[in-house]
Amino acid sequence: MDLVLDGLIKAYHLISGLDPEVVAITLLTLKISGTATVVSTGIGIISGTVIALVRFPGRRFIVAMVNTGMGLPPVVVGLFITILIWRSGPLGSLGLLYTPAAMVIAQTIIATPIITGITLSAMQHLPEKLRLQILALGATRVQLLLLLMREARLPMLTGIMAGFGGVVSEIGASIMVGGNVKGYTRVLTTATVMETGKGNFALAISLGIILLVLAFAVNYTLTTIQQRKTP
Amino acid sequence: MSQPVIELRDLLVSRGDQFVLKVPCMAFHEGRIVSLIGPNGAGKTTLLLSLMRLVKPDSGDILYRDRSILHGRSINQYRRKLSLVFQEPLLFSTSVYRNIASGLNIRGMRRYDIRSIAEEMAELFGITHLWKRRASSLSGGEAQRVNLARALAVRPEILLMDEPFSSLDAPTRESLISDLERIIRSRRITVIFATHDRSEAMRLADEIIIMNKGAVLQTGTPTEITQTPADEFVASFIGTETILTGKVTGSDNGVFSVSVNGMTVNVAGSVEPGMNVTFCIHPENIILSSMSPDTSARNSFRCTVVKTVPLGYFQKVYLDCGFTLMAYVTGRSMDILGIIKGRDLVASFKATSVHVIRKWPNFHPAIRPQN
Repeated sequence: MDLVLDGLIKAYHLISGLDPEVVAITLLTLKISGTATVVSTGIGIISGTVIALVRFPGRRFIVAMVNTGMGLPPVVVGLFITILIWRSGPLGSLGLLYTPAAMVIAQTIIATPIITGITLSAMQHLPEKLRLQILALGATRVQLLLLLMREARLPMLTGIMAGFGGVVSEIGASIMVGGNVKGYTRVLTTATVMETGKGNFALAISLGIILLVLAFAVNYTLTTIQQRKTP
Repeated sequence: MSQPVIELRDLLVSRGDQFVLKVPCMAFHEGRIVSLIGPNGAGKTTLLLSLMRLVKPDSGDILYRDRSILHGRSINQYRRKLSLVFQEPLLFSTSVYRNIASGLNIRGMRRYDIRSIAEEMAELFGITHLWKRRASSLSGGEAQRVNLARALAVRPEILLMDEPFSSLDAPTRESLISDLERIIRSRRITVIFATHDRSEAMRLADEIIIMNKGAVLQTGTPTEITQTPADEFVASFIGTETILTGKVTGSDNGVFSVSVNGMTVNVAGSVEPGMNVTFCIHPENIILSSMSPDTSARNSFRCTVVKTVPLGYFQKVYLDCGFTLMAYVTGRSMDILGIIKGRDLVASFKATSVHVIRKWPNFHPAIRPQN
């Protein structure tokens, strides 16, 4: 019990004193997971919308793939990306291993199916005749897509929140492709694991608290947008 | 009559191996209100979607002011001359104003013009007080008013409506129909609306098209359709319940006799003896009396009251004359004649009140004649 209490007190001092190392790790986490979420949002919303609206051969297989991808284990993604960017791997010449870029790629692969799947579901839950109604209003294809996306914006935001939550809290892929290099690829999850291993519970607890606060802050912002009363 | 705005020629729409719509020829004229009526699966919605070019026909052509809309590339330009209203309001999850303005926004109009038109529409449909409300908070009637305001805001030449009033309660429907009729008549908008409610069709339409199983059965004014239904299905669908079948036993001087369950019915017209004919008699043409009347009516039958059904200001009386006959009787006449179940009366109707119709194979009207 003392260990926890002591850890919490030290964590308070580290956070309130804006410890430079803690601040750097937090900013890097936000940068990597934020970038991955933005990229995944772009890919996920477009692909989810296309899969929902367009009938093509093999569509059911693609939907099953997306749904499977929503539960993709981060370590499997980490392993796959590591093999690809390993020095002797197919993309080894790019020198991506143990870089923030590799972490963004891995996290994008984790978040994209989540956002795609939720977008797909959101689009499929719109009234079937809404598409006909929008076309009957004289909309072009682009206007049709934009209006349908606007109608599905609330569940889509849920998808973005789920995507961000998934990548900011994952550790397997980040540690495998990022390597937890101090000041370069060390993020909140990898640092927490490392500090716990070293017995630095105060730092580990403070990193854990920051991770929770960060996840809450981002989700709270998105929830506020989602629940905002239109018009 | 004016030039047709839209014409259909040999239109065929199929799903799989079966056709869902087959229209050899049909024309819609400017400023007319045309009602498509028929049961579910009649092809009404498919016809509306084809006119909007939301369904591509397998063959045939649709002409808008003499130009094919199936082969041109400017499909959006064509669609923007029309508006479509579904049974469900299908409003966007935004304010009433933005919903009314949505079609105008799609057309890229200036904000000032959009606001002015939207305000005008809101006023016409009596929804100005809902202006800032979210569409999701509206009642069914309010939502359908917004839907109609959105459809008319784009100033369509042709308004297509697919059962627009069927989900509304009677008072809401009545007031909405009145407002809509006033607006579309004053703007001379061509209206094509699908319904399975014959009273709605009779009330609004200049012309009625009766459809069943993808085919057009009859086209005409409400009076023509009611008075001279083309066949047994049309007669039954528009509410003619007395449909009888019998054998022609004789023909003389413009009147032929038909034997129905051993009773002889005289019908105006000329049909060869020995033929089987189907005919209908409208309940408003039946005169009831307590004894045989001395009138020009060629048909008089002793009958017994089987059942009476109140229909507002009058009652529908089911009579057994050897065959089943329906008559409409006012409340006052019910009292004078003392019409109750089991009462013996005389039912009379003129030979000219009997209308011969085509028989449908395997047809089962709601009330089957006793023959």
